[in-house]
Amino acid sequence: MATTLTHLPENRPDLRVNRTPGRKNPGKRAATVVALVAGALFAGLPVLWMLSSSFKTNGEMFAFPPRLLTENVNLGAYSEILSDPVKVRFFVNSYVIAFAVTCLTLLVGILAGFAFSRFEFPLKKTLNVVIVSVQAVPPITLLIPYFGLMVGLRLYNTYPGLILTYMVFTIPYAIIMLTGYFNTLPRELDEAVKVDGAGPWTALWRILVPIAVPGLVSVGIYTFMIAWNEFLFALTLTRTEDMRTVPIGIQLLMGQHSYEWNQMMAMSILGCLPVLILFLFFQRYFIGGMTAGAVKV
Amino acid sequence: MTSTQIKPPAGTAAPRATHRRRELLRKRLTPFGYLSPTIILMIVLMAVPIVMVIGYSVMDNVITNKSPEPVGLENYLTILGDAAFWKAARNTFVFTAVSVVVHIVLGLTFAILLNTELLGRTTKALFRVILVLPWLFTVAIIAVLWRMLLSPNGVVNYILETVGLTGGQVEWLANPSTALAAVTFINIWSGYPFYMISLLAGLQGIPRDLYEAASIDGAGPVQRFWAITIPQLKPLIISLALLDFIWTTQQFALIWMTTGGGPIDATEVLSTFTYKLAFTRYQFSEASTAAVIILLLSMILAFFYARSQRSRD
Repeated sequence: MATTLTHLPENRPDLRVNRTPGRKNPGKRAATVVALVAGALFAGLPVLWMLSSSFKTNGEMFAFPPRLLTENVNLGAYSEILSDPVKVRFFVNSYVIAFAVTCLTLLVGILAGFAFSRFEFPLKKTLNVVIVSVQAVPPITLLIPYFGLMVGLRLYNTYPGLILTYMVFTIPYAIIMLTGYFNTLPRELDEAVKVDGAGPWTALWRILVPIAVPGLVSVGIYTFMIAWNEFLFALTLTRTEDMRTVPIGIQLLMGQHSYEWNQMMAMSILGCLPVLILFLFFQRYFIGGMTAGAVKV
Repeated sequence: MTSTQIKPPAGTAAPRATHRRRELLRKRLTPFGYLSPTIILMIVLMAVPIVMVIGYSVMDNVITNKSPEPVGLENYLTILGDAAFWKAARNTFVFTAVSVVVHIVLGLTFAILLNTELLGRTTKALFRVILVLPWLFTVAIIAVLWRMLLSPNGVVNYILETVGLTGGQVEWLANPSTALAAVTFINIWSGYPFYMISLLAGLQGIPRDLYEAASIDGAGPVQRFWAITIPQLKPLIISLALLDFIWTTQQFALIWMTTGGGPIDATEVLSTFTYKLAFTRYQFSEASTAAVIILLLSMILAFFYARSQRSRD
């Protein structure tokens, strides 16, 4: 069997595993490139249009026929946004909330992930099932009681109100991911410190957390993104302009001056910058983390 | 503070026993110490609100009304008898089903294209980054972007008119006959990369010798696709589809920012229907009833998702 397998490809060149890109199949290669270019246009053209529009003047936005590339790059839309304290405040709010949610989620997630990974305790399975199923609870179901709850607790239209709210969506994912991550680290690592008389607390912070940095980065990025992008609760649980986040700010602007597309696009570019930067620098963690958490639970 | 450091007086049996018991209790409670923030948050942010929303759903009116009275299942009868609810349910289903199917097809196609051996690594990496782009934008940005592109004098109309596919300026998002298709298209654009990335990882996990063996048996590319690729990816595809189904039925921001559920109720989905009941008509009880119904539907989907996950282990 083995001999026939090794001999066959030499007799039939079409079956040989092709490791040099495209030499043997120019037709197939061309078709693949054409399909990928079509896909890239589908995905990339709208984004390119957003980018180019943000550098146009508002007059140019309505030029006919529309032009993808603008002749004179204009930064007017950006300077108008960055010089408007109301719009800058949207960004400040989003950064404050997203950072706070990320730090708190990591803290709670590290503690719970450690408990799930290193201890046996009654109700462990039940608690695990609860945490997994929480992820399927529709946001709209929680919205109405949260509105009542936040008004009652005087957290309506405050940072802590939104930060707490977002944590319910970020913590389950953080716990699942970090439990999995801690499980991959051998127990001997943290049990070694017990010889020196130190408890699990020391083992967690001195040994496990420093090793788990890649996992923490991946969970942190995901958490930041959720908090940065959230729309429904930000819309409902804030009231005044100075508490609004970027997604709501974009919507408010659209309502107020719905024809200043260049400003809307500049705001959008500025609004996706943090996520884009995180993606470019941490691409591997980002994709691995995002998909693994959702699909491997 | 650990056991080795504490030395009970020698020879006294009773203190040693209580000490040991206390030690045992402490050991038992340790994991709950680590879990306490999680448990407190889950009770306050999940258990309490769910009990609250179920409670709201059987009251005559809440939040706006100071002394609500129980009305039993009356709200449920009202909601389930409301034609607008069923229209929203139907729209949600169409929006979700079409999105999920096209997501799978596009995601799988792009994943297979990116998994090719006909192109160099850098070329593939470049295409992967471009194809993943729509995934990196928040829904608010996607909504504004497509409102601009799809506006009557926007670039989509310009291109379609130049090619000769449409005549005149189509109001994609403001016309009742095209609005649902338009928001579904936007959702497809923004959601396929999740499948693409996950399926690309799945494709790379299929053993190469399966394909080689099939080739030797004389299977062509189409046969290999149906006999190897699809069966190997099937569990992953089912998981992704169920997850996508759960998420898409809950979509709110995209619809809210593009059409607001309109024109008339052409793009009204369950989440926008519920939101409007609560925050524009202040029918908090009826909105809670709709929210509980959505919760039940989601739990059914989640049950199937959990089962598909378990069967993969």
